[in-house]
Parts: sequence; structure tokens; C-alpha cells
Amino acid sequence: MTHIELRGVQKFFGEVQVIKDMNLVIEDNEFIVMLGPSGCGKTTTLRAVAGLETIDEGDILIDGKVVQHLKAADRDIAFVFQSFSLYPHMTVYENIAFPLRATRQSKAEVDRAVRQVADVLRIAPLLKRRPSALSGGDMQRVAIGRALVRSPKALLMDEPIGALDAKLREEMRTEIKRLHMKQGSTTIYVTHDQVEAMALADRIVIMNDGVLQQVGTPDDVYTHPANLFVAQFVGSPVMNVAEAHVAETASEARVVMPGAAEGFVFPRTLLGRLEAGGAKGDGLALGIRPEGVLVERERREGYLPVEAHIIEPLGSHDIIDLKVGTQMLRARTKAGFVPRPGEKVWVRIDPAQAHFFDAESGRSFGVRL
Amino acid sequence: MAAVKTPRQKVANQLAIAAVIVIAIIFLAPIYWIGSTAFKPRALATTVPPTVLFQPEVTPFVKLFTRRVQLNRPVEPGAYEAAPWWEKRIYDGGERVLRVGEDVQLSGYPDRFLNSLIIAVTSTLLAVSMGTLTAYGFSRFRVAGEQDWLFFILSTRMLPPVVVAIPMFLMYRVVGMTDTHIGLIILYTAFNLSFSVWLMKGFIDEIPKEYEEAALVDGYTRMQAFFKIVLPEAATGIAATAVFCFITAWNEYAFALMMTNRRAQTAPPFIPAQVGSGLTDWTTIAAGTFLFLLPVAIFTFLLRNHLLRGMSFGAIRK
Repeated sequence: MTHIELRGVQKFFGEVQVIKDMNLVIEDNEFIVMLGPSGCGKTTTLRAVAGLETIDEGDILIDGKVVQHLKAADRDIAFVFQSFSLYPHMTVYENIAFPLRATRQSKAEVDRAVRQVADVLRIAPLLKRRPSALSGGDMQRVAIGRALVRSPKALLMDEPIGALDAKLREEMRTEIKRLHMKQGSTTIYVTHDQVEAMALADRIVIMNDGVLQQVGTPDDVYTHPANLFVAQFVGSPVMNVAEAHVAETASEARVVMPGAAEGFVFPRTLLGRLEAGGAKGDGLALGIRPEGVLVERERREGYLPVEAHIIEPLGSHDIIDLKVGTQMLRARTKAGFVPRPGEKVWVRIDPAQAHFFDAESGRSFGVRL
Repeated sequence: MAAVKTPRQKVANQLAIAAVIVIAIIFLAPIYWIGSTAFKPRALATTVPPTVLFQPEVTPFVKLFTRRVQLNRPVEPGAYEAAPWWEKRIYDGGERVLRVGEDVQLSGYPDRFLNSLIIAVTSTLLAVSMGTLTAYGFSRFRVAGEQDWLFFILSTRMLPPVVVAIPMFLMYRVVGMTDTHIGLIILYTAFNLSFSVWLMKGFIDEIPKEYEEAALVDGYTRMQAFFKIVLPEAATGIAATAVFCFITAWNEYAFALMMTNRRAQTAPPFIPAQVGSGLTDWTTIAAGTFLFLLPVAIFTFLLRNHLLRGMSFGAIRK
């Protein structure tokens, strides 16, 4: 049972504030992914929890106990580094056994623990090798093994698979997920890769510029991003964001993008919902993921005619840049749906997938139709 | 897969080998000269051109290790016959007026050699251990005025040491440290320390911080992390630094000559003193020099694996 809590944590590097008033509660057995661009403070936060970094304000609690004054060694937490940092002068076996050697366990106990972890991670045949003779994936398995061997209260991972190539990364991602389901330990995992975050997390913690942006399940942050930053950081391809204003007709609302002759059709309820959300009419940003931009080859009721600009064939699907007024919208279509650039297509925005943000502050109005 | 070489590459290869051989000959020539002179009969030591083929003998070493007295006339034939084999060598066939004293006495050489060992080894141990700890501190912690400190440490090497020899001698005389082992040890340690700090800092900077952090998280104190992780990883650097420090301390001549004369005298000032009275016995000097070369050669040979091995061997991803 491990429960980690951050209360009003602040951290400065000289003049620069790298963590700004961070509050977070992590439940037992939860897999938390901290996601953000590089330099957003996620790694510093992780290192602060581990005790490798001091904090300037606030409290860090592990199982209700304030730990920010405790040494890393006394927090009973394991850390997996991006660089793996296996000791080159020790064999794989010695590397995994190393944390146990700090405790007063008998040789037989150490041996049993090492072999058990090696079995779980499927690295038993490698135990006698030196780290330099391992592949990247195996190095990371060993590093995880070293972290798990003493059954720590929590497992912290700092971009553990960021240094691997794409194929291996996918493999290890599955492996880490499998391991977490099997071992089930409280885990904090730092990454800048939103796919990794979505795939692994119970809850995602999104940070930017030292500020916590949103905490939620992958589904939550994907479908209800709290602001423009989260909306554009999560999801690939990136969510379209366009200036827009809402015009009213007798039966419907129209969302018009600048320079466009006509607006996209939305239900009339949009107006009331926007007002309730605090929107003032102008300074509105429309957010729509590429799969929410519906494309047809034939003219249809409620669809606007536009031109396809650039087509990126990705095999399973295509990404098409459409010029709407002065702005571009990217749409996701079936592979080969629009044969070549310059074709005229008809497009509509799925109201159910549209997001509305305050263009100034980036805050979401929380309107979902 | 066998490497297929073009004729041009073969020629280039042979030229490279030839160049290496020439360079090796140039570098090894003085060592050969010393080594061969150490086993030559005295008469052949200074022939021009040098004698290459000769019957090697151990006479120079016997002379080096024994204390001799000068006789005022050639030794009696009977006494010559009765002398042991090694003493006969010193008589130079009965024509020389030297002999080993009534009781065989060792010369000063073994003592000087031992002094050299004690002083060089101790000062190397001190310089390397203090240098490693200092370098670790500079490398891993934020030290106020770090750059200035490092520059200050380096600046101690900026003027030729001989310049301060006289003031050093006067200070040593006042505190009574002339002709003491501890005096030379302190001197050589101070002399090597700046070098050791700078060299070790370079090596320790190369060791990723994550190694220690991993150990810290895994339940070790910083001291334990230092001894279990940093030291083994820095072994290569420590070996290289130790070799350099040892060579400097071992070969030092000027201060040893000035600061010591008997008790703590090292081999370098002693060997040329064997030039002797009235005759320059180059073979004995060569014998002393030849033995003097051995410890550095052995030390370097023992550490060769550490010196040659690459610093990091790929267990960390950068």
C-alpha cells in the first residue's frame, strides 16, 4: 500500500521556477504518467519524489509521512533512469543484486530474489553478462529488474524507453504494462511521448512550464482537455485549432472561420452552452481533432466545399490539409479517399467532437455537444 | 571476413610498419645504451665507435652494491687468489688499486633506492587519493568559486619548480625537514596534487551522475556510492594519474639534490655521485641507472590494462 502526495510543491533553479505550486495525489497501485514537453518540470518533480532533488516549498508525503527531508536511500523508492545507468563493472546479476546488498539479507535470499525478478523479466539467460554485451531493450529490462528486486514502495521511471528505437519502444511499452498488471506497484512514469502516456497510464498528469495543466484518465484528457495546451499536446495528429466566431440563424448556430464564406452547422444549443461556459462572443478558438473533420467526395447537406491542399498517406489512413477561409484544417480519411491534391471535397465538423476554448487564456469552456 | 587490400594499401601498410620500427629504434636506443653499458667491462664503456659485441659481466653491479676502499699499491697475488669471485671482479684482473674493505660493506645504493621507493610510492598514494576526493567534490557538488579554485590549483604549476627551490630549502631548514622522508613526500605530494586534481576531474566528469544516483536511491549513502561505484569506474583514470605522479616523483632530481644528502637521499642525486674519484666509471653509473628504470617500467606494465582500456564501455545511453 503506497500513497504519494504532493502539496504545494515549489522548486527554483536559481531565478527560474521549475515547479509551480504542484498538488497531486497518487493512489496505491496507480500508474501515473507525467507528460509534458522537455523542460516542463516533470523530471524535476519525479526526482524530487525520489529524493534526488530538494524542493523549496511544500510537502512531499509518502504513506502520509513527510519525506522531503529524508535521504533518497531512506525513502524506499526505486528509480529507472533514461540512461539505464547499469554499472559497467558488474555483471547483470550483480547489477540486480546491488540494491539488496545494501540490506542485510543472506546470500540465499538475495539469490532467490534476483532469480525471481530475472524470470519475470525474462532475462535469466543474461545474468552472467556484462551490461556492455546487452541490447538496448535488455539493458532496460535489467534496469527495471534492479528497480523491482527489493519490492520498493513505488517505482519511478524517467523516460525509461526514450533512448530505444521505435520498434523496441513499442515492445517495451507492452512489457512495462504487462509487468505493472502482474506486479502492481505504485508507479510514476515520466515521458514526453503522448502515445506512451495514453497507452500506459491509469491517470495522466500533464505539465507545462512547471505548472500542472490537467490530471485525468487518458480518455478524460483526450475527450475533455482542460485547455489548449492539453488539447494540442495529447493526440496525434495534433488537434486543429482555429479562430472562429459563432453566428446565429433561425434554426441553427453557425461556426464561421475567418475568411470563409459560410460557417459550419452546429445545433442552436451551442450558443447557450457557450454563454454558460463564460464565453463572451469573440476571442473564441475552435478545436477539432482530425477525425472530427468529416470529408465527403460528393455534395451533401450541411457540408462546405473546400479544396484539398496536401495529402499525407500514412498507410492505414490519410491526413489531408483542407483550406477553410484563411486557415487550414487537417482531416483524417480512409487511405486513398481523396486521390490527389487540388481536388474539391465537401467537409463538415462533427459537433460532438468540437471543443471551444478562450483564445486568450487557452481555457476550455467545457462545451461538449 | 578477410580484409582485401589493394596494392596501394599494402605499400602504405608496409611504410607505416617501417616508420614504427624506425621510431621504436630511436626511442629504445638510449635504453639499450644504458642496459648494454651496465654489463660491459669498464674498458669498453667509452670506446668510439661503441662496442656492440662483448662478453657481458656483472662487475658494474658488484661495484654498485659494494663499498670499496682505495689501496696504495696493487693487491698481493696470494690475496687475489684467495678472494671470492665477485671481489676478483673489482680488482680488474689484479691491476686496479681498489678492493672491497676488510668486512664487506654494502654501498649506499640499496638505501637510496629504498628511499626513492618509499618517497615516490607514498607521495603518489597521497596525491592520487587526495586528488580523487578533491576532483569528486568539484565534479559533483556546487562549490562556491569553483572556477577560481581550479585555476588556483593549476596556477601552482605555472612557474618552474626550481625557481622556488632556494626559498623552499630555507623554509625546510627552519622547520628541520631537510634530509627527511616526510619532507620530500610532502614536497612531491604538493607538486603532483594539482596535476592529480585536474586529471581526475576530467575522468570523474566522464562518469555519469546517474550511476551514483541509482545507488543513492537503492539505499546506499554517498560514501558507499563513491567507493562502490565511482572508484571502480574511475580505475582507469586513477591508474593513469598514478603512473604520471609516480614518474614525476621517481625521477625528480633538483629538489632531491638540494633537500637531501644522506638519510633521505633518493637515487637520482646518488647515481651521478658514483662518478668516483679520479676515474669516471660509466659502467657503474649505467648499472645504477638501469636498475633505477625498472620500477617505473614494472609499474606501468602492471597497470597497462587500465591504461589502455577505454573509459566507458557502453552501458549508458547518452
